[in-house]
Amino acid sequence: MLRLKKLVKTYKTGDQALKSIDLDVPKGQVLALIGPSGAGKSTMIRCINRLVEPTSGEILLDDVDLSKLGSGALRKARREMGMIFQEYALVERLTVMENVLSGRLGYVGFWRSFLRKYPQSDVDEAFRLLDRVGLLHMADKRADELSGGQRQRVGICRALIQNPKLLLVDEPTASLDPKTSRQIMRLITELCQERGLAAIINIHDVALAQMFVPRVVGLRFGEIVYDGLPTGLTPDKLTEIYGEEDWEATIEKVDDEDEIEAAE
Amino acid sequence: MSHRELDDMLGTKWRKPRFVPNPYLRWTLTVGFIAYLIAAYMTIDVNWARVYEGLDRGAQFVLAFTKPDFVSRAGDIWSGLLESVVMTVAASVVGILISIPIGLGAARNIAPMPIYLICRGIVAISRALQEIIVAILLVAIFGFGPLAGFLTLSFATIGFLSKLLAEDIESMDKVQAEAIRASGARWMQWINYGVQPQVMPRLVGLSMYRIDINFRESAILGLVGAGGIGATLNTAFDRYEYDTAAAILLLIIGIVMALEYLSGIIRARVQ
Repeated sequence: MLRLKKLVKTYKTGDQALKSIDLDVPKGQVLALIGPSGAGKSTMIRCINRLVEPTSGEILLDDVDLSKLGSGALRKARREMGMIFQEYALVERLTVMENVLSGRLGYVGFWRSFLRKYPQSDVDEAFRLLDRVGLLHMADKRADELSGGQRQRVGICRALIQNPKLLLVDEPTASLDPKTSRQIMRLITELCQERGLAAIINIHDVALAQMFVPRVVGLRFGEIVYDGLPTGLTPDKLTEIYGEEDWEATIEKVDDEDEIEAAE
Repeated sequence: MSHRELDDMLGTKWRKPRFVPNPYLRWTLTVGFIAYLIAAYMTIDVNWARVYEGLDRGAQFVLAFTKPDFVSRAGDIWSGLLESVVMTVAASVVGILISIPIGLGAARNIAPMPIYLICRGIVAISRALQEIIVAILLVAIFGFGPLAGFLTLSFATIGFLSKLLAEDIESMDKVQAEAIRASGARWMQWINYGVQPQVMPRLVGLSMYRIDINFRESAILGLVGAGGIGATLNTAFDRYEYDTAAAILLLIIGIVMALEYLSGIIRARVQ
């Protein structure tokens, strides 16, 4: 469904963030993108919906090359891709409901959105999503009154109300505590399953990625160095992705945590 | 290896690196500045005899504040104040409305280069020309009266508000705006959802502050014939009616303080 062909991003400074990335994401597949800071994970996700302009290569979403779209067509294409951000990126001075409904901006005209008069179907869907993530009672609170985990749930609702085919998720758990991180990861993967959504999840917590996704792609210096099952991430592979370190603890911890998870 | 270096450093004094590292340059700058300062003060020519005479008039003026006369020129004061308030409100509303699009255009992170340059140019012109100079010019064009004052204040508001609004937009949180853009929003929707909520409290605060400034300026503009309470104040000074002048000044102080209080309340509400 999503296909990256020879995607290259070179920044003005000359830094090659992405060196000819080829990647194929079938419909409904959730994959985790791991790699050290500066490996190009964020750049890759932002190239897909062109918040960052790719230098060359093709981005095919259902056979439409996103890299060649004009601004009007790009806006339409962006509706198909929901994005979830590291620091939640909610508009802090807007209410929870306004934040969720802002996911519909690509579908409603300016005056409707300006006067906050969204179609009833959108409003109902917003209520449904907020209820699904357990935040219906917070609908009229301002976003900056929420805790981190709650904000990220609102961020998830905002992405889903777009009715996307694909979720682009940029470090969803980076500013959350371990327990909330898992809840958020579980929520994202569950929702993807419920709706048959594909997702690319940038994540630097390897153990967390292994716990929740069926496919892991490892990025290093802008190149894909691993693509496979989470169980295939051996210490050698992790060294290849991140550099020399003692990986036994990381990998063992995963097993332990799974048992605790099962016991709960 | 690193221990070798550490041993060399242990026991040596540490101090913050100097702002100007070169000692010759540093001392030249310091001594030069002090010499200039002394020379500058020496050129100020004070005529102490004149100051002594003036003390008397100053005292009269200050004493007038103990018995301000609101009554004998009540009609003039009232019509002057009214004119000032009308000028202030009209100029602030027009100025703020024009400032918003110019402020958007003058923010480097949201405006394309040509628009940015044009808007920054407008801001620069408006800020370079002091109110009094603009007022003198406009009085020459439109004649005496509040129209010239109204136009002057609107013009000055644009320079002030657009610049500060643009700076606030430039320092906004990029990711919040990015998230709105990622949803497929149009440009106007992006401004309305991604940018406006972030800069609104500051815009409201600055607008209130500008209303306050515009009122004070309207008292000055009267001195060059641009209408308002300033004209009444000027007349009072010309007639040596210090008690009436004191009354007018007290009213201006009162109104400015009331505006300050009001803007405090409003700013707290929009935070």
